[in-house]
Amino acid sequence: MARPAVQAHDLAKVYRRFLHQNQFKTLKSALLTGSLLTDLRPDQTFTALDGVSFEVPRGCTFGVIGENGSGKSTLLKLLAGITKPTRGRLEVDGRVSALIELGAGFHPEISGRENVAINGIMLGLTRREVEQRFDEIVAFAELERFIDAPVKTYSSGMYMRLGFAVAIHVDPDVLLIDEVLAVGDEAFTRKCLDKIGEFRRRGKTIVLVSHSLGLVEKMCDDVLWVRRGRKADQGDPKRVVDAYLTYVAGGEEALLRQQVQADAQAPPPETAPGEAGPEGGYREGRWGSRAVEITQVRLVDARGRERHVYVPGESLTVELHLRAEQPVDDFVFGLGLFTADGVSVYGTNTHLEDWRARRLEGTARVALTLRDLRLVEGTYLLDVAVHQKDGTPYDYHRGLYSLRVKSRVKDVGIYRPEHAWSFSGGVELEPPRPRPELDLSEEPGPEA
Amino acid sequence: MLQQLATLFRYRLLIQSLVSRELKARYRGSVLGFLWSFINPLLLLLTYGLVFTYVFPGVRSKTVEPYFLFLFCGILPWTWFQASIAEASGVLIAGGNLIKKVLFPAEVLPVVTVFSNLVHMLLAVPVMLFFLAWEGRLTWSALLFPLPLLVQLVFTLGLALIFSALTVHFRDLRDILSHVLHLWFWGSPVLYFYGDIQGRFRAVLRLNPLSHVLVSYQQMLFAGSFDHWRGLALAGAVSCLVFALGAFLFDRLRDTLAEEV
Repeated sequence: MARPAVQAHDLAKVYRRFLHQNQFKTLKSALLTGSLLTDLRPDQTFTALDGVSFEVPRGCTFGVIGENGSGKSTLLKLLAGITKPTRGRLEVDGRVSALIELGAGFHPEISGRENVAINGIMLGLTRREVEQRFDEIVAFAELERFIDAPVKTYSSGMYMRLGFAVAIHVDPDVLLIDEVLAVGDEAFTRKCLDKIGEFRRRGKTIVLVSHSLGLVEKMCDDVLWVRRGRKADQGDPKRVVDAYLTYVAGGEEALLRQQVQADAQAPPPETAPGEAGPEGGYREGRWGSRAVEITQVRLVDARGRERHVYVPGESLTVELHLRAEQPVDDFVFGLGLFTADGVSVYGTNTHLEDWRARRLEGTARVALTLRDLRLVEGTYLLDVAVHQKDGTPYDYHRGLYSLRVKSRVKDVGIYRPEHAWSFSGGVELEPPRPRPELDLSEEPGPEA
Repeated sequence: MLQQLATLFRYRLLIQSLVSRELKARYRGSVLGFLWSFINPLLLLLTYGLVFTYVFPGVRSKTVEPYFLFLFCGILPWTWFQASIAEASGVLIAGGNLIKKVLFPAEVLPVVTVFSNLVHMLLAVPVMLFFLAWEGRLTWSALLFPLPLLVQLVFTLGLALIFSALTVHFRDLRDILSHVLHLWFWGSPVLYFYGDIQGRFRAVLRLNPLSHVLVSYQQMLFAGSFDHWRGLALAGAVSCLVFALGAFLFDRLRDTLAEEV
């Protein structure tokens, strides 16, 4: 059994919180102990990574996921040897090349050719190796025509492409990639992915930090999820990515809930219906006589729990709580569903569906259940209203409530009809692996 | 220290290519290009020469004639020293991107500034030798020229390591340093002749390792005979100590550099 390419045990990294305070203190402790932190109080430090352990076997493609600020990049910097862990043990076996910041060592005044030579040497090649790989690097970056121009004349895409080309041609044993695949157009990204695929086939070890979960799931053999500097989960990519997505949906849920609460506390200013956008655009607002008032709007799932993130196919109930000071007998309840950019998805009201109003007095509750939410992933806005038959509003809430639909399938459009593919004749496809939608009904949000 | 030297040796290719990049990039786009390496010291020489020939003719030593040539022998090494230290103090901050984003041996950066300034000086040396030969002052002692050069190199490298690392933690050092270097200039026998100085100030001069290095250059090149062996040897010993201190200090601070830059 070969030694793993990366062994990390109880890794921790603590940073100084206020960069330009305590200069003398930190300099003194740095000189005496080689560490900046010895003399600092705990509230003057920030723990970016806290006791993370994992192993990356040789030849494995290892994904690291997590939210912004969760410690992914710190982890990668430790692996690259750019910073040292505050605590713990880290062993990386073999030549490491880090695609962290592409073209970091380029000098703007000199030509691409000279920069390639120096960058290559910086990344650990010999002059001979640089010469041997030079043509390949330039061809990969597609910069044959510009290679003798100073790098300062390059577009940012050209700059990145050259940086990527050099870094990938260093031929490392361990390749560290930090979200750098967004460097070029579609074709170049494709090429980078192919190159990384080639690395995998040749049995090199890759550590990939990315927010592109699809990519992580597709490419990685093993995934580590870092949450607030700690290891949240590790293992099979599909499982870990699912767990992460569920967690993120929970976070969004909490965020939307906060928004709803904030909206409820600070009702938007009164708007006249005519003011709803001079060009007839979709504007949020609230108007009406308030003879009947909508006091509360809740979005609840099939189990009656209030939620703002749903997966397609779930049931969504919109609950209106109403109050009428005086009895009224002319009222219509309506609901409209819009995409985030204001395209109407669906709208209905009790009048259109031939419910005849009799009486409304005191408090009341009205609920509309959309039994099967066949929408593609996205954010949707809700209009709810109570008005007279002729349209005169009592209380009209336009776009004040939002919900989010999350899906494993990245299909496009608005509406997802129930559908099925079938094939016959000289065509053969491998059926997709069964992938259930996330289950959001159990997991409460992290902040909940 | 030996370990530090080994590291530097391992990275010699990198240092070499960075030095040549510095040299190429520095004058890229200027009309005179590389000629500035000759013109800069000549103009500096002209300035000081004019000041001490016409503005303060009484101040300068009458024992060293021609004064311009004497000045030449001191001002080239001094410019090397001064420019190296001034640049080195900011080089880690300027190269922060490298230290933070690439696995890059940070000590290479101050070393590169020292060497690229050395090359600048060496480019101007033939001009100096030409004038010395013109005046018929070149003797065999000029062949000893590499000795003080080596001492100065070690001394400058040591200080460059120290100040480059300390400035990262304590940025005020850069401004302080520019004044210290100015004072140091007047406290070194560049404009005046070491032998002319007596009294307490002479003791100060004697404590300055650069004095001995400069006196050595001046004796070897300008006077044509060399007898400052003891001074040079002492300066050499001090330089080694300074380098060792620099290497130690830099090593201590190395891990903190990527975070502080």
